[in-house]
Amino acid sequence: MIEIREISKRFNGNVVLDRVNLTIKDASLIVILGPSGTGKTVLLKSILGLIPIDGGDVLYDRRSIFALKPGEIYEFRKQVGFVFQSAALFDSMTVYENIALPILEHTSLSTKEVRERVKKILEVVGLPNREKLYPGSLSGGMKRLVAIGRAIALEPKYIFYDEPTTGLDPVMRDRIVQLIINLKRDYKKTGIVVTHDLETAEAVGDEIYMLKNGKISKLEKVEKRFYG
Amino acid sequence: MNLFSHITDYTVFFLRSVILPWRLAKSKARIAEQVYNVGVGSLPIIFLISSFLGMVTTVQLSYQLLAYLPRYYIGAAIGRMVLIELGPVLTALTVCGRCASSMAAEVGTMRVTEQIDALEVMAIDPYHFLNFPRIIGTLIALPLLTVFSEFVAISVGGVYAHLFLNIPLSVFNYGLIRNFFPRDLFGGLLKSVLFSLVIANSGCYFGFNVKGGAKEVGQSTTYAVVTASILILLLDFIVALVIFG
Repeated sequence: MIEIREISKRFNGNVVLDRVNLTIKDASLIVILGPSGTGKTVLLKSILGLIPIDGGDVLYDRRSIFALKPGEIYEFRKQVGFVFQSAALFDSMTVYENIALPILEHTSLSTKEVRERVKKILEVVGLPNREKLYPGSLSGGMKRLVAIGRAIALEPKYIFYDEPTTGLDPVMRDRIVQLIINLKRDYKKTGIVVTHDLETAEAVGDEIYMLKNGKISKLEKVEKRFYG
Repeated sequence: MNLFSHITDYTVFFLRSVILPWRLAKSKARIAEQVYNVGVGSLPIIFLISSFLGMVTTVQLSYQLLAYLPRYYIGAAIGRMVLIELGPVLTALTVCGRCASSMAAEVGTMRVTEQIDALEVMAIDPYHFLNFPRIIGTLIALPLLTVFSEFVAISVGGVYAHLFLNIPLSVFNYGLIRNFFPRDLFGGLLKSVLFSLVIANSGCYFGFNVKGGAKEVGQSTTYAVVTASILILLLDFIVALVIFG
């Protein structure tokens, strides 16, 4: 379970997050919705400790990440997969190397075992036999799929998605939405999706929250809030 | 930010990149890649520059000394100048222009495209993953390049003296060997070790701390080269004072 308690963040005097509270139960997926520039990504990065916050706390299974020692924060992050909006793939590495990197860094699996795991991951994300390609030769949607593959490489407990379907064609968007749903259903991952795409939000979210003016509020029904 | 805090940040960044835990086993391939990039990649330009360095030094020394000193002094002077000063400094400045800029651009691009954040969330320490191999790779490559540069400069200088100044190679070598002091060689190599640290650290530091986009990445390469060049000259002076002063 992830508990976000009273998180606040300002940039140059502008309040981006204003005492945000949120609880994400195990094996559930919540969506944080909101227009671009409202601080969704800041919230996501803040609760991972990537951006320092001005106040508040984040608890994973009742343990504050801000109380972790430097070595412990890395141990904690092995339980987290993060899908960046830009995919953030290492462009000097192949698809195989991108996905294998966290496995090679954090496990003692043999080369053969790593190869098999990467192959399986690529099948899960729907990109079989693409190991040798470089990110530069992939479409935007394929990059996101590889990024999801890399995020699940260590079989994390939590997965965070930052605008996973933004800028994609409807076919690729549906493919990624289905993949997010499958990961939640089949692998019981706890996750947060931040997006401004209503269809994605409705399709994947167990609960949907709206971030606006630094405040977060739960939406009972997306259409009602947005359209009437 | 004032100069003092820049110096503090620069030093802390270096220490953060090279202190324990060393993960040499996992870094071996990345270090080898950097040795190749810095070392093998710089060989052609170092060869070219060192060749001209040898010829120009020979021409200048013969112009200034031959009227007053025996001919073997040309070999002695070229040897000592190249080993103590010209070899290490010119090699370092060349590698600085070539590699500090490319390191800053590479690491800076990784910063603005969130690849460094991606390392963080994968629980991979970016200091050890990115900076450590670059610093160690340059530390290995630059002294070797310096020795190569010195060998080429002295050899070309000797051949030029033989062909165009009528100084036999045996006379040139006599002066070179008679006036060879191990302290000259090791003093020069000590410089190249120190230069390698500021080249790699400057490239990584300015790349790592980029905020913004393409323009800022470009600026970071300029800062990296300018800072490393100034530090090379400063360290050159300090080592000269301590060892040869």
